[in-house]
Amino acid sequence: MPPVQYIQRTRETYEQLGYPPYRWFHADSPPAFTKVSKPLADSRLGMISTAGTYIQGQVAYYYQDDTSIRAIPNDTRIGKLRFSHITENYLVEARKDPGTVFPLESLQVLQQEGFIGELADNYYSCMGGIYSQNRVKQELIPNLQEVIEKQELDLLLLVPL
Amino acid sequence: MSLLARHFESSGIPTLIIGSALDILEAGNPPRAQFLNFPLGFETGPFQDKSTQIEVVRQGLAGFESFTEPGIKPLAFSWDEGWELVNSREKNTTSSDSRAPRDTRPRYQTREDQLLAEQK
Repeated sequence: MPPVQYIQRTRETYEQLGYPPYRWFHADSPPAFTKVSKPLADSRLGMISTAGTYIQGQVAYYYQDDTSIRAIPNDTRIGKLRFSHITENYLVEARKDPGTVFPLESLQVLQQEGFIGELADNYYSCMGGIYSQNRVKQELIPNLQEVIEKQELDLLLLVPL
Repeated sequence: MSLLARHFESSGIPTLIIGSALDILEAGNPPRAQFLNFPLGFETGPFQDKSTQIEVVRQGLAGFESFTEPGIKPLAFSWDEGWELVNSREKNTTSSDSRAPRDTRPRYQTREDQLLAEQK
């Protein structure tokens, strides 16, 4: 199966729904590339998910440019993970088995095996699909920067929905 | 997600995306991305298949050690459960309103979640 063209599909869906067109980020320059300094087995790994993950008891996300974040401790019970995200039609299975989008248990197993050195105390989640790239840059990224710095990570895994 | 990847990479932390929307990844040009050609909603593995979920994450993370320059590489997994759900999910959005209106009301997965959060 050739890769699905999500940008085109979503453009059409939003047009039908009467939503303003979503503008994906289009990079106009090459990315930075930071050298990995040590093996994964000696590294401390963190994770950010944009699947709108929260823990039961935390406030859920809202659907209009929510730039807030949630801390998800690495030992959270999988049964307590929840999701709220504008594309909730992609979350049917994840709501029954969070491991399809939020690899909490997979990371635990890989760390126990020694494949990963150490896990961050907290992972972080936020909402993807934020319309305003300015708000991503001025609110979401600083929110995440502040907490990610404290995790003293060697590597950062990012999982979009 | 690519915006976040590019930000943290330039702040000095190597990043890696495991993602399933190739066109969106290509537009964002992140430092390291592993493309899993599964429908959205299964970025870290198939439903109730723990061993494949672990292998997806293992092979994904291996990219931290194998990428020598920025790029997007495919992961060697195939989705054998059919792609019809990609269409049916989109169709549902127009018929049953599953893409909810954009407002600032928290969208809880369950009523119980809401009650627990509001008690705090």
